[in-house]
Amino acid sequence: MLEIKNLQVAVEGNLILKGVDLHVKPGEVHAIMGPNGSGKSTLARALSGHPQYEVTGGEARFEGRDLLDMDPDERAREGVFMAFQYPVEIAGVNNGYFLKAALNAKRKHFGQPELDAMEFMQLIREKAKVLQIDQSMLSRSVNEGFSGGEKKRNEIFQMALLEPKLAILDETDSGLDIDALRVVSDGVNGMRNPGRAFVVVTHYQRLLDYIVPDYVHVLSAGRIVKSGGKELAHELEKKGYGWLEAGTQPVGA
Amino acid sequence: MSTSTETIEQLATREYKYGFVTDVETETIPKGLSEDVVRLISEKKGEPEWLLEWRLKAYRLWLTMKEPTWQNVKYEPINYQDIVYYSAPKKKKVLNSLDELDPEVKRTFDKLGIPIEEQKLLSGVAVDAVFDSVSVATTFRAKLAEQGIIFMSFSDAVHEHPDLVKQYLGSVVPYTDNFFAALNSAVFSDGSFVYIPKGVRCPMELSTYFRINAKDTGQFERTLIIAEPGSFVSYLEGCTAPMRDENQLHAAVVELVAHDDATIKYSTIQNWYPGDKDGKGGIYNFVTKRGLCQGRGSKITWTQVETGSAITWKYPSCILQGDNSIGEFYSVATTNNWQQADTGTKMIHVGKNTRSTIVSKGISAGHGQNTYRGQVRVGKNATNARNYSQCDSLLIGDKCGAHTFPYLEIRNTTAKVEHEASTSKIGEDQIFYCRQRGLTSEDAVNIIVSGFCREVFRELPMEFAVEAQKLLSVSLEGSVG
Ligand SMILES: Nc1ncnc2c1ncn2[C@@H]1O[C@H](COP(=O)(O)OP(=O)(O)O)[C@@H](O)[C@H]1O
Ligand SMILES: [Mg+2]
Repeated sequence: MLEIKNLQVAVEGNLILKGVDLHVKPGEVHAIMGPNGSGKSTLARALSGHPQYEVTGGEARFEGRDLLDMDPDERAREGVFMAFQYPVEIAGVNNGYFLKAALNAKRKHFGQPELDAMEFMQLIREKAKVLQIDQSMLSRSVNEGFSGGEKKRNEIFQMALLEPKLAILDETDSGLDIDALRVVSDGVNGMRNPGRAFVVVTHYQRLLDYIVPDYVHVLSAGRIVKSGGKELAHELEKKGYGWLEAGTQPVGA
Repeated sequence: MSTSTETIEQLATREYKYGFVTDVETETIPKGLSEDVVRLISEKKGEPEWLLEWRLKAYRLWLTMKEPTWQNVKYEPINYQDIVYYSAPKKKKVLNSLDELDPEVKRTFDKLGIPIEEQKLLSGVAVDAVFDSVSVATTFRAKLAEQGIIFMSFSDAVHEHPDLVKQYLGSVVPYTDNFFAALNSAVFSDGSFVYIPKGVRCPMELSTYFRINAKDTGQFERTLIIAEPGSFVSYLEGCTAPMRDENQLHAAVVELVAHDDATIKYSTIQNWYPGDKDGKGGIYNFVTKRGLCQGRGSKITWTQVETGSAITWKYPSCILQGDNSIGEFYSVATTNNWQQADTGTKMIHVGKNTRSTIVSKGISAGHGQNTYRGQVRVGKNATNARNYSQCDSLLIGDKCGAHTFPYLEIRNTTAKVEHEASTSKIGEDQIFYCRQRGLTSEDAVNIIVSGFCREVFRELPMEFAVEAQKLLSVSLEGSVG
C-alpha cells in the first residue's frame, strides 16, 4: 500500500529525514517511535504533502502511484489521512459543516452522490457514539476552544467519517487521559481491517498497549535505526532511546 | 508538488461575470457639468421648482468645495467635465406595465438574476430596478400599497408624494455634508423611496438593484427610507456594472429615518466592477449613507458586503438621537488585486441609553488595501451610552495591506466603550489542514474566509446570505494558487 524508499526531506533548507525506508501492506499497523525532534512529524507531514516539507530525494508510492506527485488534497481524497499532532483551529467554521464538506469532496472524487444534511446527520450520529463525541462539539467552530483531548478525539472522529485507506496518526495519544486514550484506541481498533493500514507515530509506548502494532520502527536523527515486532516497544520503554542513537547501523523494515 | 510559495499568494485572473454591456437605445446628454445640466436633469424629470432650487443650491456649493483627500486611497484626479450625468433607456412616456419595458433592459436584469416580473418572483422580495440614471421597474407596488407602504422610484415619489420628499430630503444628509453628497444632490437622477406607515411590518424584503450600463456615465442615485413609529422594514441593495477600462463614478446618498420603536435593516451587497487584475478600470464607489434614529427605541442596522469597486469610500452611520435607540454596523469588505477600500462607520450617541455595535471584517488579497475607519462619538447628554467595536482583518498573501483607524470622542463619563481589533494572516497551516481533509485550496480559502465573516453574514436576510457567500468566493478567486 505504501512504499517509501530512501526518502529525504528538508525543512527550510535543513535536511531532516536522511533516507527513510518503509513498507506498509494493507491491514498492517506500523508504529514509528523515537525521541523528540527525530523527524516523526516530518515524515507524517511529508507523506501528506505539507508545502513546507520539501522532498529532496527518494520516493514514496501509494497503491503503486507516485504519492509525492499528488497535491495534498488529492492524496486525502485518494485515502491518505493524517491525524495532526497539533490540530488547527478555524474560527467561525462550524465543525459539522467542515466535516460534511470534507466528506462530500471525497465522495465527489469517487463519483458518488453527495450526502444531504439528513443522511450526513445520521452518519455523524453513528460515528459520534463510538467515539463518545458530544453532539455539541459538532456545532462549535473547528477545533476552536477545544481542549487538547477534544482536539485529538475530533481528529479520530474525522478519520472514522472519512474512512481512509491509510491513516497516519501523529502523536494522537499526547494530551489524552487514560479514559480518552481508551476511547480513541477503541475507535482505531474498530477500524482495523484487512484493507486498511495505519502508521502510528508515538513518543510513548503506552499507546501501543491499546493499539497493538505489527511492526515497530525507531526513528532517530532522520533515519530508521531499528525495526522489529511489538516487543521492541517494550524494550524501548525499559532502555530508553539512548542505546539506539544515530550512528548505529540503520536496519531496514 | 506544490511548494509554499505556490500555495499562497499566487494571483490569477478573476472572472467578473456581470461585465457584459447591454445594447439599448438611450437618451444621453452630453458630457460635462454646469447649471444648465442641472436644470436639464430636473426638467427631464419634470420636477417642481423647489427641487430644482435645492439642486442648484447644492451645485453652487459644490463648486466651492474641495474633493476630500484624507481617505487612505489613491487615484488619479477625476475630471468632472468628462462624465455624463444623465443617461436613460428610451421609453414611452409613462410605463404602465412591464411589457412596455425595453426587452433588452428586461433581459439584462434576467441575466443578472434579478426578477423584475412579479410572477417570476419566488421568495417575497419586491424589487426596484435602476438602470443607469433611472428606475425602470418596481415590483409589488400595488400589493404593498394595500398596507400603506410606499415603495417606488425616487422620481415617482417626487410627483406622487411631494410632501414626504420635501420634508425628509436632505434631512439626514444635507447637501452641505460633503463634496460627493453635494454633487449627488445637484445631479441625482433616481433611486428608491420607501415609506412604512405607523405600526406596519413590511411583509417582504424590499430591494433595489442598481445597474450601470452606459459608458462614461456616472451614477448618482438617492435612496430615502422613512419608518414611522413601530414599523419594521428590511431593505437590500445590490449593484453591478460592465467591465470597462475607464473608471466610472458612482456617488450615491442614502438617508434613513427611524421614528419611535421603528426598525430599519439596510443591507448592501456591493459588486460593482472592480477593475481587472492589473488595476485597470473599475467603479469609484464614493457613497454617503446615514441613518437617523430619531425616535425613542428606534433601531438601524447597516449590513454591507463590499466585494466590488476599484475604490470604495463609504461610512454608513447612525445618529442615535432618540433615547434607547440602537445603531449597528456589520461589514465585510474584500479587496483583491488592486482594489482599495476605505470604509467603516460613525456612531453618534446623542440620546440616553443609546447602544451601538460595530463589527468590521476586512479581507485583503493580492495588492488590495483595506482600511477600516470608524468613529464613536458620545455627546454630553448621552448618559449610559454603550459601544462595542470589533475590527478584524484577514490578509491573504503579503503584498496586501490592512489598516485600522478608530476615532473615539467621549464627552460623557458614564459611557462604556469597548474596542477590539485583530489582524491575522490566512495560515498556510489552516489551508493545509483543510486540504488534508480533501478540500481544494480554493475551497479551503472560501471556508476559512466565510468562517471569518460569519458574524456579518448571519445579519443578512436569508435569501441573500448565500449569494453574498458566493460573491465573496468569486471575488477572492485566484488569491491562492
Ligand atoms: N516547520 C518546521 N520549521 C522548522 N523546523 C522544523 C519544522 N518542522 C520540523 N522541524 C525540525 O525538524 C526536526 C524534526 O522535527 P519533528 O519532525 O517535528 O520531530 P518529532 O515529531 O519526531 O518530534 C526538528 O529539529 C525540528 O526542529
Ligand atoms: Mg512530532
